[in-house]
Amino acid sequence: MSGDALITVDGLVKTFGEGDAATHVLKGLDLEIPPGDMAALLGPSGSGKSTLLSILGTLMQPSGGHYTMLGRDLISASAGELTDFRNHHIGFVFQFHHLLPDFNALENVIFPAAVASGRETRTARDRGRELLRRVGLEDRIEYRASELSGGQKQRVAIARALMNQPELVLADEPTGNLDRESADRVMELLVEINKEEGTAFLISTHDERIADNCRRQIRMVDGQVV
Amino acid sequence: MIYALKIAFRYLGANKTQTGLLLTGVALGVFVFVFMSALIGGLAVYLIERTVGDIPHVTVEAPSRDPQVLVSDVPGTLGVVQKGTSQRNALRNADAFLPLIASLPGTEAVSPEIVGNGFLIRGQSTAPVGLTGVEPGKLSAIADIAGNLVAGTPDLTNSTIIVGRTLAEDLGVSLGQVVTMRSDRGVERSLVIGGLFELGVESLDARAAFVSLSTARVLFELPQGLSRIEIKLTDLNQADAHAARIAAETGLKATSWTQGNAQLIDGLNAQARSGNLIKGFALLTIVIGVASALLLSTYRRGPEIGIMRAMGASQGFVVLVFILQGAFIGLIGGVAGAGLGYLALSPFPRPDTISPGSFPIDVRQGAFGLAILLTACGAILASILPARSASRVDPVSVIGQ
Repeated sequence: MSGDALITVDGLVKTFGEGDAATHVLKGLDLEIPPGDMAALLGPSGSGKSTLLSILGTLMQPSGGHYTMLGRDLISASAGELTDFRNHHIGFVFQFHHLLPDFNALENVIFPAAVASGRETRTARDRGRELLRRVGLEDRIEYRASELSGGQKQRVAIARALMNQPELVLADEPTGNLDRESADRVMELLVEINKEEGTAFLISTHDERIADNCRRQIRMVDGQVV
Repeated sequence: MIYALKIAFRYLGANKTQTGLLLTGVALGVFVFVFMSALIGGLAVYLIERTVGDIPHVTVEAPSRDPQVLVSDVPGTLGVVQKGTSQRNALRNADAFLPLIASLPGTEAVSPEIVGNGFLIRGQSTAPVGLTGVEPGKLSAIADIAGNLVAGTPDLTNSTIIVGRTLAEDLGVSLGQVVTMRSDRGVERSLVIGGLFELGVESLDARAAFVSLSTARVLFELPQGLSRIEIKLTDLNQADAHAARIAAETGLKATSWTQGNAQLIDGLNAQARSGNLIKGFALLTIVIGVASALLLSTYRRGPEIGIMRAMGASQGFVVLVFILQGAFIGLIGGVAGAGLGYLALSPFPRPDTISPGSFPIDVRQGAFGLAILLTACGAILASILPARSASRVDPVSVIGQ
C-alpha cells in the first residue's frame, strides 16, 4: 500500500444480517485511490458497488477491515467526527439529484459550507455563484429544483459536491437518470473539474461509455475488486 | 444556529396551509388556557368579594386569659383546663393600639366596636339580636350598611338604632318608631328606628342591629375599652400576614378572615385545581398537535434529511432545525392565542364590580405571560421526539430512493 494514497482500503468486509440470513456483500476488498484519481467503478448489480461507496463516504460502517483516508483511520472515528470529516473532505453526486426542494440552486450549492459554519457567509455565496457559473448555470441561481431540467439539477448537485473543495467526490450512477446529451455534458464537466482542480472522482456506473472517460477502471465482482 | 433557523423557517413556509392550521390550533389552545385562567380567577375574585366583601379581613380581640388548671377527680386524668369566666374579654387599652393598627400599610378601614347580645322589644314582641356599637360615621367601614339601606339614614345618634329589614318586619316596626333594647347585661334603653338595611344575608337581616359606640357602652356596661377592632384591607389576600404582624406588634389576638372561612378557601382551591386540570389538557392538546405535525413533517422530509446528513449536517443540527420549528410555532401561536384572549376578554367588567348573574371574568388574571411561556416550552418539548426521529434518518436508506 502506498503511503501517499488518498484512500487505502484493506480487507474490507461488509455483512448484512446474521447467521443463516447473513449476506456477505464485501468480502475482503482491497483498494487504493491516489489523489486526483479519476476512476470508474464497474460491476454488475449486487457486486457491492453502492455498499463500497457508502462505506468510502463514511455513511456506513464496515463489518471488518481497514479504511484510511488522508492518513486518518475512519473505522475508529466517532459518528460526529465522521460527519465533520465527510463535510470537509468528501463530496457526493447521486443518481437522483437529491436537491433540497425548498431551496434555490445557489442555496443548494452552498449548503455543505453553511451547515459547517452555521451561517451563509459572503465567501460561501461567492464560491457558490462561481461553481454555478462553472457548471453553466449562472443564469439559474435563483431557480428552485422543480424549475430546473434533469441535467441542470445534476449539474447543481455537482456544484454542491465541490462546495467545500473536497479531495474526493463519490458519484453513484451520476448520469443514470439523464438523457445521452445531458449525460455527456455532465461527464465532460466531471473530467474537466478533475483535470483543473485535481479533485479525485470515483464514479460508479454500468455504462462502459461513461467509464471510458475515466483514467482507470475498477471492476467489482461478488464483493471483491478483480 | 442562524442557518438552522433559516431552514426551520423555510420548512414552515414551504407548507403554509399546514403551518397556518398548526398555529391556529396552538392559538386556540392558548386561548382556552387564557380564558380558563381569567374565568377561574374571576370566579375566585367574585366569590371572595361576595363572601368576604362585607366581613372584616382581620379582627383584633383581647387575648384569651390563661385558663385555670384544676385537679381532676376523674380516674386517669391529672388536670382539667377550664376557660376563665370571671370577667369579660375586652380590649381594655384599645385606644393605645388604634393609631398603630390604623397606620399599618395596607389598612383600608378600622372600626372599633362593642358587641353583645340582647333583645329588641316592641310591645309584647321580642326578638334576639346581635348588637354592634360602632363609631358614628363608621357604620359602613366594614359591611356596606349605608349602601344597603332600604329606609332611613346611616347616621347613628345616641338615641337611634339601625336594624335589618326582616327583624323590623318580625317585630312589626317601621322607620321612626320606638323600640326597647335590652342587653344581656340587663340594661334597657329606648331607641328610635333610624334605618332599615337589607344585606341579603338572612342571618344578618333578621338578627343584626347597630347602635352608636356610646349607646353600646351603656347597654353593655363597658365604660372604657372595646370588644374588638375590625379591620378592612386593601388586599384581602394579605390578611394572614397582616394579622400576624398586628399580633406580633400589639400582643393582641388578631384573626384573619381565612381562619373562619376554611370551606371557602377549600372550595376556591378545588376550583383552581379544576381549572388547572382543564388548562393542563389544553396544553397537552397543544403538545400532541405540535408533535404529530412535526412528526409528519419528519416522515415527509426523510429523504431531504438523509441528504443533509450525507452533506455533513450533524445530528445536533437536524435536532435544532426541528426544535426551532417547535419553538416558533409555540411562541407565535402562544402570542396569537394570548392576544386573541386579551381582545376577547377585555370588554368584560371586573368581577368585583359586576352584579349577580353576570359573567365573572377577570382579564387581569388571564396569565398571558405564563400561557405563552408554557406553550413555547410545551411546543419545544413536543418537537424533541420528531427531532430525535429526524436526526436518526439513515442517509444510505434514502440515497437509493
